[in-house]
Amino acid sequence: MNEPLPKAIAEQADIIAGYARTEGLDFYPTIFEMLSSEQISQVAAYGGFPQRYPHWRFGMEFEKLRKQHKYGLGKIYEMVINNDPCYAYLLNDNMMVDHKTVIAHVYGHCDFFKHNHWFSQTNRRMMDEMANHATRVRRYIERFGVEAVEQVIDTYLAIDNLIDPHSVFMRRDDRPTKPADRKNDKPKEVGSRFPAKSYMDRYINPPEALEKDRAEREEKAQASQGRFPQRPTRDVLLFLLQNAPLKDWEADVLAMIREEAYYFAPQGQTKIMNEGWASYWHSTMMTRYIVQADELIDYCEHHAGTLATSPGRLNPYKLGIELLRDIERRWNMGRYGPEYDACDDMQVRRNWGKDKEPKDRVVGLDSPGRQKIYEVRKHYNDVTFLDEFLTPEFVDDQKLYHYRQDPATGRMVVVNRDFKKIKQQLLFMLTNHAQPYMYVMDGNYRNRGELYFTHRYTGADLDIKYAVATLKCLYKVWKRPVHVEGRIDDEPILFSYDGEQSSQQHIDDNTDTPAHQF
Amino acid sequence: MILQINNDHQRFRKIVKGRIRKDLRKFLTRGELIGREGKKYISIPVHGIDMPSFRYGDNDDGGVGKGDGKPGDQVGEAEGDGPGGTQEGKHILEVDVSLDELAEILGEELQLPRIEPKGKKQITSEKDRYSGVRQSGPESLRHFKRTFRRALRRQIMSGMYNPDAPRIIFERRDKVYRSWKTTLSPQSNAVIIYMMDVSGSMGDEQKELVRLEAFWIDAWLRRNYEGIESRYIVHDVRAGEVDRETFFRIREDGGTRISSAFKVAREMIEKQYAPTDWNIYLFHFSDGDNSSESDSRECCSVLKEHLLPSLNMFGYCQVASAYGSGNFINVVHEHLDDLEAVITSRVNNKDDIYDSIKTFFTPAL
Repeated sequence: MNEPLPKAIAEQADIIAGYARTEGLDFYPTIFEMLSSEQISQVAAYGGFPQRYPHWRFGMEFEKLRKQHKYGLGKIYEMVINNDPCYAYLLNDNMMVDHKTVIAHVYGHCDFFKHNHWFSQTNRRMMDEMANHATRVRRYIERFGVEAVEQVIDTYLAIDNLIDPHSVFMRRDDRPTKPADRKNDKPKEVGSRFPAKSYMDRYINPPEALEKDRAEREEKAQASQGRFPQRPTRDVLLFLLQNAPLKDWEADVLAMIREEAYYFAPQGQTKIMNEGWASYWHSTMMTRYIVQADELIDYCEHHAGTLATSPGRLNPYKLGIELLRDIERRWNMGRYGPEYDACDDMQVRRNWGKDKEPKDRVVGLDSPGRQKIYEVRKHYNDVTFLDEFLTPEFVDDQKLYHYRQDPATGRMVVVNRDFKKIKQQLLFMLTNHAQPYMYVMDGNYRNRGELYFTHRYTGADLDIKYAVATLKCLYKVWKRPVHVEGRIDDEPILFSYDGEQSSQQHIDDNTDTPAHQF
Repeated sequence: MILQINNDHQRFRKIVKGRIRKDLRKFLTRGELIGREGKKYISIPVHGIDMPSFRYGDNDDGGVGKGDGKPGDQVGEAEGDGPGGTQEGKHILEVDVSLDELAEILGEELQLPRIEPKGKKQITSEKDRYSGVRQSGPESLRHFKRTFRRALRRQIMSGMYNPDAPRIIFERRDKVYRSWKTTLSPQSNAVIIYMMDVSGSMGDEQKELVRLEAFWIDAWLRRNYEGIESRYIVHDVRAGEVDRETFFRIREDGGTRISSAFKVAREMIEKQYAPTDWNIYLFHFSDGDNSSESDSRECCSVLKEHLLPSLNMFGYCQVASAYGSGNFINVVHEHLDDLEAVITSRVNNKDDIYDSIKTFFTPAL
């Protein structure tokens, strides 16, 4: 695949990297490779990696991408992988101006990978790791046969969304301690005690509050003793890895799939920001430094194409870049802080800080707006980004609306342009990647080693058909009956699969309760 | 690297075609990509396998869009684009795929029913060819020349070789054995005999439909079954064999006597295609307006007594006709309905062709 990068493009990459650094971007070394459209479809099918373990799903993705490209429905302009060094791919039948745009865009992504907090725990040697996974799976295929390995992978893929993306930033489980140790342990006053000078201590940490806190803690510990798992667990893959009766190679495959799921999770959490940030930078750098007079029309056309929105679908590139620009402008014009937030006179808000409005759209490195967006790219993900920075003015300017299916005609219709509803809808679509929150509540349900899941209800029902099919996959892993509790039309229902047949029952007072409940 | 995705891709294709991993068939989906060519919308079919996962049901609360529009306006209507928008519920998508692709799509879902390995000269179902070497094997397959060469090379390299007294001694690691590869090739002899009614009662429209259907069956079969033979018979009151070109172009007039074609077919089969050696498929296309009831009955008896015992399948496709009774299909049902090898279908317009082909070739599950 290694078509050498043409010299002219390599030079451009260096020049653009220089501009990017001037503007304050900071990224891992970035390696560009030139691919044909067929090759780029392949790499894209592999999620950006040159090597993955053998599995039909990559072939499926490949076929779709290739068809898309063949019929001119979609062209993969750019692809970059979060790795140190970053790898990025250019499409060989692009024009020079496209290459420049893509290179500028890629530096935006690389900076984001390196500095955004949600990526901080990802494996920066994932390129190698993926190749290792491929080798390991191939070895298992040689030993156990394609069919067996593939079936196991299929089963795990059905549950690979059952991870806990926040768990990489904290310790979820209490360290399992031996019961004997626990008795000798003196109740420690951890957590609840605030640091204080000794003469202030009994005011800052009143003994009765400490005592109450300790008692609560004790009670909790008592309650969770003998429970399995100790608390509701979202990282289902880890739970299975530790507790399901898996053969060694099966456990290894599961661990790989889990690792890959965690690696890809931040990309799902920051789609809008990541694309917005990269688009912001290609746009800024292209218009400021790079684009030549004779390239202008092509650049504009392709830039507009990237940011185009169709009525029923929000374009993350567009939403991201506009919101970042809006933040930059607001911070330059002083449109923030408690006073601004408290103001609900639209007229006043609209004129706020007009005198400070910058002449250029881009005002440079030291402006408060620029500093603010750098801060945003460091600390936020899509949910917090929209939660904090979406304003009624923005929604109005961007002509966002809330739509839904009209039950009478079955057509999708505009419902309204209500800010609250739009924001709520956006946040719902982004939270947990619009997937249900599932927890292991009990690994020894009814004291029979059965597995009990609960869907934590946040306003939308589980899809029953899929839930039952997924249960069957879980049974294959757990090898004992599995249950999932869901709320369907406001009724609590328990779906079960015992290896032979699936059943569902209404949950009432007679139903056995799992170890934990919400 | 290119090789690798090809393997994944091949495997996916095989799953879609139902050759392997039958357990995944229940997750198969047929999606489509909607493209646009000029003013036409085209639909490009995409197969997928939708693995289960915990997900939300469809009681979701719509979404967020962007653009103009008042509450109550439909989302997704072409704006300022002039005519050419699509209306929900009424698909005006034109399926526009290349011949090869359509044949491929057909091929994924269809197969020749009851095809059996038959015949001798063309059967090459599994063939072993000695095409390579490997390090282990029976002594009888030892590749002497290569083994010798390896031993020689080793001895030269290790300095044990003396040109004055050349003595080559094999060691175990020098030995190379012939190995074989198994190749699979199409394994059945099959002949397809197409019979078409070209009588006067068949209007241009009917002939067009018949030709289209026959053409697609032919295109699909040629693509999917190598070495298949096709024979073509046209008839009005008399029947005769024609070549493929003529079959798809011919215009004739006259009355209808279906039995004439059946007799030609019978003769053809008896003389050239012994049922022990051939899978024989017979298709008949007509508007069903036979000249007389007695002829229709005669057809059935020829079919039942002489043809069907040799046939893998008899397919009868009847097109709707402006004139005439179209009664032949009923006669066929009456006399032959209990026979599995007889399949009938009706085609009223172009849209039915696909379904009709499906009726003929859907594998019995």
